[in-house]
Amino acid sequence: MKISVDVDKCCGAGQCVLAAPDVFDQRDDDGIVILLDANPPADQYDNVRKAAAACPAAAIEVQE
Amino acid sequence: MTAPAPSRVTVVGASAAGLSVAEGLRRDGYTGRLTLIGDEPHLPYDRPPLSKQLLSGAWDADRLRLRSAEALDALDVELRLGIAAVALDTGAREVVLADGDRIGHDALVVATGVAARRLPGTDGVAGVHVLRTLEDALGLREELRPGRRLVIVGAGFVGAEAAAVARQLGTEVTMVTDAAVPLADALGPDLGAMLSQVHAEHGVRIVPGVLVDAVLVDAVLTEGGRATGVRLADGRTIEADAVLVGIGARPNIGWLATSGVPIGDGVECDATLYAGSGVWAAGDVASWLHPRTGQRTRIEHRTNATEQGLAVARNILAGPENATPFDPVPYVWSDQYDLKIQIYGQLRGCDRVRIVKGSLAERRLTALHGRDGRVCGVVGVNMPRATREYRPLVAEQAAWPSAVDLDPAPGAGPARGAGPAPSARQAPSAGPAPAPSGRNA
Repeated sequence: MKISVDVDKCCGAGQCVLAAPDVFDQRDDDGIVILLDANPPADQYDNVRKAAAACPAAAIEVQE
Repeated sequence: MTAPAPSRVTVVGASAAGLSVAEGLRRDGYTGRLTLIGDEPHLPYDRPPLSKQLLSGAWDADRLRLRSAEALDALDVELRLGIAAVALDTGAREVVLADGDRIGHDALVVATGVAARRLPGTDGVAGVHVLRTLEDALGLREELRPGRRLVIVGAGFVGAEAAAVARQLGTEVTMVTDAAVPLADALGPDLGAMLSQVHAEHGVRIVPGVLVDAVLVDAVLTEGGRATGVRLADGRTIEADAVLVGIGARPNIGWLATSGVPIGDGVECDATLYAGSGVWAAGDVASWLHPRTGQRTRIEHRTNATEQGLAVARNILAGPENATPFDPVPYVWSDQYDLKIQIYGQLRGCDRVRIVKGSLAERRLTALHGRDGRVCGVVGVNMPRATREYRPLVAEQAAWPSAVDLDPAPGAGPARGAGPAPSARQAPSAGPAPAPSGRNA
């Protein structure tokens, strides 16, 4: 799995952090996504898919 | 489980909620036929940027695409775009399209959203705008030039965001609202007042109108078929080159009028988003019985569209007998000038507010909102990460006295690495240990 995030599109909702806290975080000041792990282990795949689906700005792209 | 699993799902509405249903079904293993019908000609696109980046010209329309063409291909979904559903034949389980085509289904999802309310008698009047679709936003964008005068009727989030963009483009803006303080309904009086002040500082003229027989603006003034201003119900007039009407929206349910599907303020569903007869609803159009409050609830926010879409997908596959109630923590955000506003929960009817981080003066804060002794929402202004960390209190509807003693994010330190999000329960606190929340007792 390869993850990319579009920080320009990110609206800082933090839905990705709620879904996959081991893979995503947010910057303190503006809430923009921080990708902690662009190639997460398999046990994170489901959470990452949920995060991408839940992102209200469609800012997370997942390639499998 | 008695009902057989569906093998043909049809979704009416090809925006965020409808797309989310389709993606949820495929992700959860649905391999049957899947049709997505939308009355707009575009591939599914995102609406929040319409009043922000698209309106300002920072983004072009292509950036609004919710998914790439390849990602949509991979969903194996039959797209019927640019054609409206005009009726539902519940007996035959068929959707009737504007061209007479009939699309069958075992399970149907209504995700037709809402339409912007307009002022009566303004159809076809040049210079009068609403802001709901891509075309609406592109049309309004044409009006926003230095020296032009825009009057905005209504002061909800859409109007406020458009006001911010218009000012940044040099347009003169007057905002007419029936509330003493714009956005007070959504944000409470203190935060509403702060936001009004920010708009005023940016040169927005705010005109609190007077409702006369529940009417705020009783006419759009025109000359040669083009708007020249508005007349308020109390007789005052405001001259303008363009008018943006931001007075809310109505669910798109007209096409269901003869279907037998229960409709009121939206499609009336049970707690699981099921409306009977194989019909489900998701997004702005869905009015469901909230499992905690028992109240009929309808939410017109972007995040809700996705969450309900995913919930409907799960429930379709589980079947109506095994469907689970939809019990969200609502979330909405708004960007205005350099303010990022975020709201978890529902603030309506709240009876107490406590700023737990930052301050109104700094215009950077997190404010807990409570109702009947429990936390009902949290609002953040330019503190998105810290605000999110209070979300568990909203989800738990934590008891108010313990909640204010808690500091889920002491110091709001640097970005964390991997690890569980700090919940209120485990956070170090100067106060006494929190009482267990009453939920799931």
